Amino acid sequence: MANAFTYAGYATAAWLFLIGLYGVVTSRHLVHLCLSLTVIQASTYVLFTVIGYRQGLPAPIFTDGIKPGAAAVDPVVQALMLTDIVVEATVVALLLAITVRIHRRAGTADPNSVNIMQG
Amino acid sequence: MHRPRLVLFFAGAMGFVCLFVFGFTPLRHPRDIRNRYAQQINTRTFAERNITDAVSAVNFDYRGFDTLGEEFILFVSVLGSLLLLRMEAERKEGILMDAAERSRDLGASDAMGLWILAMVAPKLVFGIYIVTHGQLTPGGGFQGGVILATAALIIYCGKGFPIFRKMLSHSAIEILEALGAGGFVAIGMLAFLWHRPFLTNVLPLGKAHELTSGGTIALISLATGLEVSAGFVLLLYAFLQETLTERGED
Repeated sequence: MANAFTYAGYATAAWLFLIGLYGVVTSRHLVHLCLSLTVIQASTYVLFTVIGYRQGLPAPIFTDGIKPGAAAVDPVVQALMLTDIVVEATVVALLLAITVRIHRRAGTADPNSVNIMQG
Repeated sequence: MHRPRLVLFFAGAMGFVCLFVFGFTPLRHPRDIRNRYAQQINTRTFAERNITDAVSAVNFDYRGFDTLGEEFILFVSVLGSLLLLRMEAERKEGILMDAAERSRDLGASDAMGLWILAMVAPKLVFGIYIVTHGQLTPGGGFQGGVILATAALIIYCGKGFPIFRKMLSHSAIEILEALGAGGFVAIGMLAFLWHRPFLTNVLPLGKAHELTSGGTIALISLATGLEVSAGFVLLLYAFLQETLTERGED
């Protein structure tokens, strides 16, 4: 039966995306900006997990009494998410390294007062 | 100064919400989505690959090529971070070591340090367990690799940077990371010997529920674990060096 809660998972993903984007738009510090980006990315995690979930079904690990080939939750989206969580951490590290360099060079980490194009 | 930007954001956000609702309302409740591909994988994993973890089967076999791409994103971002942070590091070696020595005095007491070090071995064992059992239970190279990297972090927490640096040789970890990244490709190319496409699972599949099951899946998981753990330790190295050098300059 469709009601407001039917799409709660989708709505959560949209909310995370928007609140992260708001953080990026209004950011006053580059570290805050990097973390806002991770919030945006978290919205894809929520969306995929919601899509892959099957109520009452087990995880796709066919051991300990779960018959091989039995119905289980979606393993494809889980595989996508678990690689991405690890890769995201290193990408954030790269962004933070760039932040460190910008702070060194410009003396500030406020994206509004960093003029990247100066010589 | 923020005002025009905020107006633009709210206009865009309204548009996004409208399109999102418009796009998702006709979709079914997540409960009713039937992903045929996922069903096929759940049905076939055990029969075709002799392994019990369908997620690892997707990661390291059925969609192994995608994971290769992901792994090289990881490799390149670690490389980029190292390049960005290392630019001045060599020149300021003296400052770094002074700061490292001083920060050591501020760190844990000897008794605490010893206890923290005692956690390194269990962490290593747990990490290796997670890496090697990816084909049987939840786990694999990505998750286990991160656990292994925390073993390095804990050495720093307990004993400070000088000991951290003494115990973990930077060049050795670089080699391990390269081995992990290259190993994935090499295992994929193994299939060429049998005139099969890249990343075909050509090794014997072994007995189900055993560590050797799954053919190349376990090996690729191991290579990934090596790359992820070495990559994270290198990041740790770079950021610690940067932070300590900066502290030493002040």
